[in-house]
Amino acid sequence: MIDVKGLRKTFGDQEILKGIDAHIEKGEKIVIIGPSGSGKSTFIRCLNLMEIPTAGTITFDGKDITHLNSKEINMVRQRMGMVFQHFNLFPHLTVKKNITLAPVMLGLMSKEEASKKADELLERVGLPDKANEYPKQLSGGQKQRVAIARSLAMNPEVMLFDEPTSALDPEMVGEVLLLMKQLAEDGMTMVVVTHEMGFAREVASRVLFMADGNILEENTPDRFFTNPKNQRLKDFLSKVIS
Amino acid sequence: MDLMESIRQNFIDEDRWKYLFDGLMTTLLITLFAVLIGLALGFLVAIIRSTHLKTGKLTILDFFCKIYLAVIRGTPVVVQLLITYFVIFGSVDISKVLVAILAFGINSGAYVAEIVRGGIMSIDNGQFEAGRSLGLNYRQTMQRIIMPQALKTVLPALANEAIVLLKETSVAGYIAIADLTKGGDIIRSQTFSPFLPLISVALIYLVIVLFLTHMTGKLERRLAANDRR
Ligand SMILES: Nc1ncnc2c1ncn2[C@@H]1O[C@H](COP(=O)(O)OP(=O)(O)O)[C@@H](O)[C@H]1O
Ligand SMILES: [Mg+2]
Repeated sequence: MIDVKGLRKTFGDQEILKGIDAHIEKGEKIVIIGPSGSGKSTFIRCLNLMEIPTAGTITFDGKDITHLNSKEINMVRQRMGMVFQHFNLFPHLTVKKNITLAPVMLGLMSKEEASKKADELLERVGLPDKANEYPKQLSGGQKQRVAIARSLAMNPEVMLFDEPTSALDPEMVGEVLLLMKQLAEDGMTMVVVTHEMGFAREVASRVLFMADGNILEENTPDRFFTNPKNQRLKDFLSKVIS
Repeated sequence: MDLMESIRQNFIDEDRWKYLFDGLMTTLLITLFAVLIGLALGFLVAIIRSTHLKTGKLTILDFFCKIYLAVIRGTPVVVQLLITYFVIFGSVDISKVLVAILAFGINSGAYVAEIVRGGIMSIDNGQFEAGRSLGLNYRQTMQRIIMPQALKTVLPALANEAIVLLKETSVAGYIAIADLTKGGDIIRSQTFSPFLPLISVALIYLVIVLFLTHMTGKLERRLAANDRR
């Protein structure tokens, strides 16, 4: 579904991604781990062209998306949901409006359809009674669930998560991971940057280890965690799994 | 001369109160339309400048905006008014009040632009990214996500700018416009008693400014209450 070849990204004179190759099949759940600053966010943001790659190709559904005009880029983004560490809900809009804004504005749904879809999604993320509240009134975990619902409203083919639980109080991490697990079970194609090793083990079809702008190791979670080969991965794992 | 006599002489004789009343109307007229021009111009400039900052586009327009801001904010408003009247419209038969509206409007636009640009840039970039990641284009994201939030944060500052402008129009007399200040001064020159006419002018400004400040405060409190919602 997504094929990344020789992906490079530089900011100024700093090369952040140094030639990444990756392949993501439909329905796969890819979990990316790695130390801070290794380029995980940059990589995932290249996938939906929030960052424009400096070199290399990204093929999405058989089409090279690295040389699109801005209109075509917007079309690609409509098909890929993105969930951010800091939720980025729209504070001036109600929960329901947060969810319906894009599909209605982009002409994908009528107001009524979008409203119905929002109700369904809020049910699905366990917040059916929050439709008319404002983001301020929600807890962190609830905000992230609404943000996920907002992305799902676009009926995306892939969901990209950039450390979706890193900004949450510990007691709220579980509810978001649970929702992501359900999403995975429903067959969603997912790319998840996270430090939640339990989630990686349980949900990932493959785990990628990134460091210094490279993917140093890539394996099924079972082998990735029980039999890591790369020394830096071994060091990293010994630090995060104590 | 007792107070009653002075009041009669300064305001009642020869209907001198009309200088103040007509002057006030002129001041309010100039302020109102200058505020409208300032808002339109200021928003335009702010959007051009923040679009340039965010996307790197509109480089040439941004350059002209920068010149406009530097010139307007780097020179006194009286000088701008004089140049507008005697140089730019020097050989044109045009209403002085219209000239004043233009000059003050263009002046205010520069300050509005900086206020609004500050408001736009103060909105967390994550808001912008969330909008774009959903597939909204730049304009849609600005319109529906960034500007509503930015507007809310700058509303008090904009109201304050209008108040400042009201007071600044008091130099309209430089091009012989009979505004409120000039009205008081005309009375003074006719009656040779400066106290009452000038104090009255000051009081009228003060009352209007206090009223507008009060309304701004109310607006601010309502916005804050909205935020706590
Ligand atoms: N827009 C940008 N401009 C300049 N440098 C950036 C930008 N985005 C990321 N970087 C740099 O790229 C490096 C990798 O960042 P990032 O992809 O966020 O890493 P990670 O998500 O793995 O922590 C960091 O050193 C960061 O400072
Ligand atoms: Mg990151």
